[in-house]
Amino acid sequence: MNEQQLANANALVKERQEEVPSLPKASMTEKQVGQKRRRQPDYSEKVLAVEDLHVSFKTFGGEVQALRGVSFDLYKGETLAVVGESGCGKSVTANTIMGLIPQPPGQIKSGRILFKNRDLTKLDKAALRTVQGVDISMIFQDPMTALNPTLKIGEQLTEGLRTHQKVSKAEARKKAIELLEIVGIPNPEERLKQYPHQFSGGMRQRIVIAIALICEPELLIADEPTTALDVTIQAQILELFEEIQARTGVSIILITHDLGVVAKIADRIAVMYAGKVIEIGDKREVFYSPQHPYTKGLLASVPRLDLKEEELQPIEGTPPDLFAPPVGCPFTARCPFAMEVCERVYPGTTELSETHKVDCWLQDARAKHVFA
Amino acid sequence: MAIYIVKRFFMMIATILIIATLTFFLMHSIPGSPFDDERTSNPTIQANLEKYYKLDQPTHIQYLNYLKAIVTFDFGPSIKKPNESVNTQLARGFPISLELGLVTILVAVLSGITLGTFAALRHNGIVDYGAMAFAVIGISVPNFVLATLLIQQLAVNLQWLPPATWSSPKHMILPTLALATGPTAIIARLTRSSMLEVLTQDYMKMARAKGLSPFRIVFRHALRNALMPVVTIMGTMLAGILTGTFVIERIFAIPGMGKYFVESINNRDYPVIMGSTVFYSAFLVFMLFLVDIVYGFLDPRIKLHRKEGDA
Repeated sequence: MNEQQLANANALVKERQEEVPSLPKASMTEKQVGQKRRRQPDYSEKVLAVEDLHVSFKTFGGEVQALRGVSFDLYKGETLAVVGESGCGKSVTANTIMGLIPQPPGQIKSGRILFKNRDLTKLDKAALRTVQGVDISMIFQDPMTALNPTLKIGEQLTEGLRTHQKVSKAEARKKAIELLEIVGIPNPEERLKQYPHQFSGGMRQRIVIAIALICEPELLIADEPTTALDVTIQAQILELFEEIQARTGVSIILITHDLGVVAKIADRIAVMYAGKVIEIGDKREVFYSPQHPYTKGLLASVPRLDLKEEELQPIEGTPPDLFAPPVGCPFTARCPFAMEVCERVYPGTTELSETHKVDCWLQDARAKHVFA
Repeated sequence: MAIYIVKRFFMMIATILIIATLTFFLMHSIPGSPFDDERTSNPTIQANLEKYYKLDQPTHIQYLNYLKAIVTFDFGPSIKKPNESVNTQLARGFPISLELGLVTILVAVLSGITLGTFAALRHNGIVDYGAMAFAVIGISVPNFVLATLLIQQLAVNLQWLPPATWSSPKHMILPTLALATGPTAIIARLTRSSMLEVLTQDYMKMARAKGLSPFRIVFRHALRNALMPVVTIMGTMLAGILTGTFVIERIFAIPGMGKYFVESINNRDYPVIMGSTVFYSAFLVFMLFLVDIVYGFLDPRIKLHRKEGDA
C-alpha cells in the first residue's frame, strides 16, 4: 500500500511537472513543429455537408426552434470554428451531427446532414451507432464530468474500439497506449489501470481526446474543449489539436465562444446567431473584414490589451426568444444599422467571395452602401 | 485497505460489546424472572434454581460471567427448555432465518433494481408510472398486513400456495413475498431516482457518442454509478429485513430464530435472550461491514480517500 502511495505521488508530481511548462510534451521536437506548420486543408474533398438544418425542442412552454436553417460544409483536414453567444445553437448543431439529440423532446424538422454520401438524419439508431465514435467523434466541454468515475481509463479508452472493430484485448491495449503517448500522458501503461479521479483536469481532457481518436475518425466535433481548463492548459490542448490534425488529417468542428481560441487554430469561422449561420468565411475574412453587424459587435467586444479603452464594448440587448423567433433578421432589435426591411424579411445569403458568405441586408446588391 | 479492515474489525467488536452491555442491563431491568410460573412458586425451589443458574450472584458478577459467555460463545442451557443449550437453538433456528432473509434480499435487490432501471429508462412512460405506483403501495403497506392478505387470497381463497410452515420451496413463496415487497419498493424508487440523475451525466452522453450498444451503456456505464445510493441503504435495509423476519416467522409459523427470540423475551429466558441478541448483532454488524467493502469496490474514489486518511 505504501509503495502504491509512493507511485501515486510520483505520478502526480510528474504530471504537475509536465503540465506547468507552456509547451506540450508531445510537440516539442522540431520535426513535429515543422509538420504542424505544413498542415493544409484539402478543399477539394468535402467531408460533411449540413444543409438547411432545422431542429426544435418541445417543452411545456412551447416549441423552441433551436436551429432554423443551418448550412455549412466541412473539408478534409480543416478546422471550422463555430462561434456565437450562449443559446445561439452551437451545441445543438454539434449534438445533432453527432446524433445525440434526445428525441423526443428534440426533433429534426428538416434538412440534411451528409456525411460520406449518407444522410445522418435518416439513419436509425443501430446504423447511427456505426458512425458514432467510428467516423465522427466528439470531445466534451468538461473533462471532469465526461469520464465515467467508476471505470478504469483503459476500459473507457478501448471499449469504443472493441465495440466497432474486431480487435483483441491486447491489440486494443496497444493502441490505447500508443494514443495516450500521442496525447502526452506519461507512463501510459500504468495509467491505463487508473481511474479518472487520479488525473488532473488537463490530463483528463487529453484522455477524452484520446478516446475520441481511438477509432481514427474523419470528423472530430469539439464542443468548447478548452472552456473548463485554465489558460496554460488551454494552450497545450489547442496545440494538441493542431498536432493531431497534422498527423491524421482529421477535420475538426470547434464549437467555442472564445475568439482567442478561434484565432489560434481555426481555418474558417461560422458565426451563429439565433439558430442561423449569419456569417461564414475564411478566418482572415471574418476577423479582418467582418460584414455582419453582429460579427463586428462580437469582435469589438473582445477585451484588448493594446488599446487604452478600459470599458468593454458589449452588444446591447439580448438575443431573440426562440419560442417565437422574428420573421426578419433576428439581430434587427440589437443592430445599430437596422432598416425597415430587416424587420420584415430575412436577408438572403450574399456571397462576398468564394468562401465568405453573409446573411445581411446591408450586403445585398439592392441595398445602398451606407457605411464603409 | 488492510488497515481499514483491521480498524473496522475493532470497531465491530466495540459495537457488539456496547449492544451486549445494553441488552444485559435492559434485560435485568424488566420486572419478572424466568421462575415466575406456578410450578416454581415455592421460595426454596426458586432460591435453588437461582443458585443453579447463578442468578443469585451480584449483578456485576453476572455481567462478567455473561461477557465470558460471549467470548467463549457458550451461553449454557436454556432456562425454559433445560435439555437444550442456547447454541443448539441458534444452530437450529438461524439457518432457516438466514435462508428466508437471503432469499428476501436477493428478490428485493434483483426486482427492485430491475424495476427502478426500467422505470428510469422509460421515464414518464407507463412502465415508470406502474413501477412507482407499486413502490408507493409497497412502502406504505406493512409486511404483516401484506402477509395476512397474501395468506387470505393466495392460500385460503385460491389455494395456490400453502399458508404456513417451512418445508418446501413452495412454502417459501408467501413469506418471501410478504417480506420482500417493502425493500423492493424502496430499492426501486432509489434506483429510479439515482438512475435518472446518472442518465443526464456527461459521461453517459460520452458513452452514447462512442456508439456503444444500449445494453453496455445501461449496465456498464449507468447502473454501476446509479447503485451507489442503493448500496448505502443496504445496511439499514438488512437490519429491517432481519427484524422483519421476527414478525413474518410468527405469522407463517416458521421455526426460525425469530420464534426463539420472541419466546425468550416473554419467558425472561436470560441465556437465550443474551445469546440471540449477541448473535444477531454480530451478524448485522458483519453485514454492514460487507456493505462498506462492496461500496469501495463499486466506487474507486472511496478506496483512495480511505487510504489517504489512514496513512
